[in-house]
Amino acid sequence: MEGGHSEKMYEMLLRIRMVEERIGELYAEQQMRCPVHLSIGQEAVAAGVCEALGKKDTVMSGHRAHAHYLAKGGNLKKMVAEIYGRETGCCMGRGGSMHLVDLRANFIGSTPIVGGTIPIAMGLVWAAKMKKEKQVSVIFLGEGTTEEGVFHESLNFAALHNLRVLFVCENNLYSVYTPLNERQSNRPRTGIAKANGLYADVGDGNKALEVYEKTQKALQHIRSDRGPAFLEFSTYRWREHCGPNYDNALGYRTEEEFELWKKTDPLVQLEKAGKFTEEYTVSVRSRLDKEIAEAFAFAKKSPYPKKSEINPRLSYAE
Amino acid sequence: MPSKRVITGAAAIQEAIDQSMAKDPNVFVVGEGVPDPKGVFGTTVGLREKYGKNRVWDMPLSENAMTGAAIGAAISGMKPILVHQRLDFALLSLDQIINNAAKWFYMFGGQQSVPLVIRMVIGHGWGQGAQHSQNLQALFAHIPGLKVVMPSQPADAKGLLFASIQDPNPVIFLEHRWIHSAVGDVPKKFYTTPIGKANITHKGSDITIVSSSYMALESLRAAQLLAKLGISAEVIDLRTISPLDETSIFRSVRKTGRLLVVDSAWTNGGIAGEIITRVVTKDMSILKAMPARIGLPNMPTPSSPGLTKYYYPNLETIMKSVCDVLRKDASSIKKIIAEDPSLQSVPHDVPNSSYMGPF
Repeated sequence: MEGGHSEKMYEMLLRIRMVEERIGELYAEQQMRCPVHLSIGQEAVAAGVCEALGKKDTVMSGHRAHAHYLAKGGNLKKMVAEIYGRETGCCMGRGGSMHLVDLRANFIGSTPIVGGTIPIAMGLVWAAKMKKEKQVSVIFLGEGTTEEGVFHESLNFAALHNLRVLFVCENNLYSVYTPLNERQSNRPRTGIAKANGLYADVGDGNKALEVYEKTQKALQHIRSDRGPAFLEFSTYRWREHCGPNYDNALGYRTEEEFELWKKTDPLVQLEKAGKFTEEYTVSVRSRLDKEIAEAFAFAKKSPYPKKSEINPRLSYAE
Repeated sequence: MPSKRVITGAAAIQEAIDQSMAKDPNVFVVGEGVPDPKGVFGTTVGLREKYGKNRVWDMPLSENAMTGAAIGAAISGMKPILVHQRLDFALLSLDQIINNAAKWFYMFGGQQSVPLVIRMVIGHGWGQGAQHSQNLQALFAHIPGLKVVMPSQPADAKGLLFASIQDPNPVIFLEHRWIHSAVGDVPKKFYTTPIGKANITHKGSDITIVSSSYMALESLRAAQLLAKLGISAEVIDLRTISPLDETSIFRSVRKTGRLLVVDSAWTNGGIAGEIITRVVTKDMSILKAMPARIGLPNMPTPSSPGLTKYYYPNLETIMKSVCDVLRKDASSIKKIIAEDPSLQSVPHDVPNSSYMGPF
């Protein structure tokens, strides 16, 4: 691994963790009046994949998108302001947490219909192919998404036309409260990808370095025009499906399972792997603390959109 | 229009696509069977040969993914034309149309528009039945962010398709199968017919008939025959269902004082109800008689010609309804229709006698 990647991934992973924890802390104030799907526990996939991408490569995602947006370089202040419903938000308060966009960072958009952005991400590089552009389009999806028809339709079309798509599946074992074994036969999703002609691999999604390396290999495959790729990373959502709390008490998963996964904390693993000094980690934390405090202050002092924004004409581009 | 070149609606649509592709390298066409020998009822023939595989695409039977892919291409600066040989097939892509195409511009703060045209063929007759001919314009018109276009005249089909391709928003372009075979003067040049503007196809003073697509052609024939009964009917061809040209409708009804809306769809929750509501809630005092509407019975479309002859409204239904609104004697309508030489011996389930099926 070349110098700097570990540090950059660590700083991004920690940044995502701290932003999500701050949302969790402040959610009870009732000022973030929209659903929030926190990425805590799953940050390494976003940090590892995006570290391997170039600026021109695009990223799209679904409902749990904070990590992907931030890892691709999405503007933090605009994301927090969006969650607060303010006019300074990345969607001017029209989207909330489940609709994030930062075109300057080539984060093209996230939406909360499971699978909804998959074909759009594919369309970006379908257009690129027609325009003879070379960027890669990354679509983050959960393992539940692989149950949607549009996933299968898209794998086929991407492979048929050799489109530069990287499908990144975060397998966190649950769709809301429903475990994988109540939803899917004992099938490897990589097998589905391979059957469609894609390059496919699995990895430990809580090891950022492994995610980074596997992504690099997949990108090499894609960039040499050998076809699209599918990567599945195992990981685990710590908090409730939607909201700031822990929900193990509901009984859909055991405390033991949760504790086992917590021991594989992606942040702790990367700290160890990177052999970072305490001086370094403390200074990163303090810098991020300041940045995050500023972002939340910016959001809270930003105004709400104006009443004149309720106007049917705004549904249409001029 | 100066041109005197009579071509079919299908040829007009093909010409609009051809000329758009010649003019703008970002325009491309995709759909099941687009480059096949029949070319979607002739509307896409010759395009693959002329513009190549990179601009004229066939596609897997994956309506939802391909609609999403077209949205992705549209937000990347391309101008896709997505084609469905039946509207009913496009229902598999309602997620992408309603959740994404319609809302992308608004929900992301107006940063990315979706210049996407989705052509859907709707129909009538020849036993197409419950799942091969649905007229769901009201369903799409219900969704903010979509525009819904429904031409009746070949010249408008061409001009509106140009306008739809140039529009920065997703446009649902509904082509009635019977419009494909309708003929009319179509200028050869490039021109646009504005979206959202209705056209008065027959001037009159006793009653306003508001209609669209194929039923606008039937309404026009009805108005011509009604003159024999001394009734002066004004026919408004909406051309666009969303946004509705409320101004033209209201101006005409203010003049005639009477309103009949003729739709090709079910009446329940339909466009006809919407139009009547807009007139009545704006100024009921302009109406001299109760407004009326014609649509399909609220039940799935049957296949048998023995049933469809009672199912579809037609010239006679329209003429009778006009007489009802005007409280005029309708007893000679059958005779007037029977005496018209242009209407002879065409079975009720085909647009003209050249149709031998299957289509």
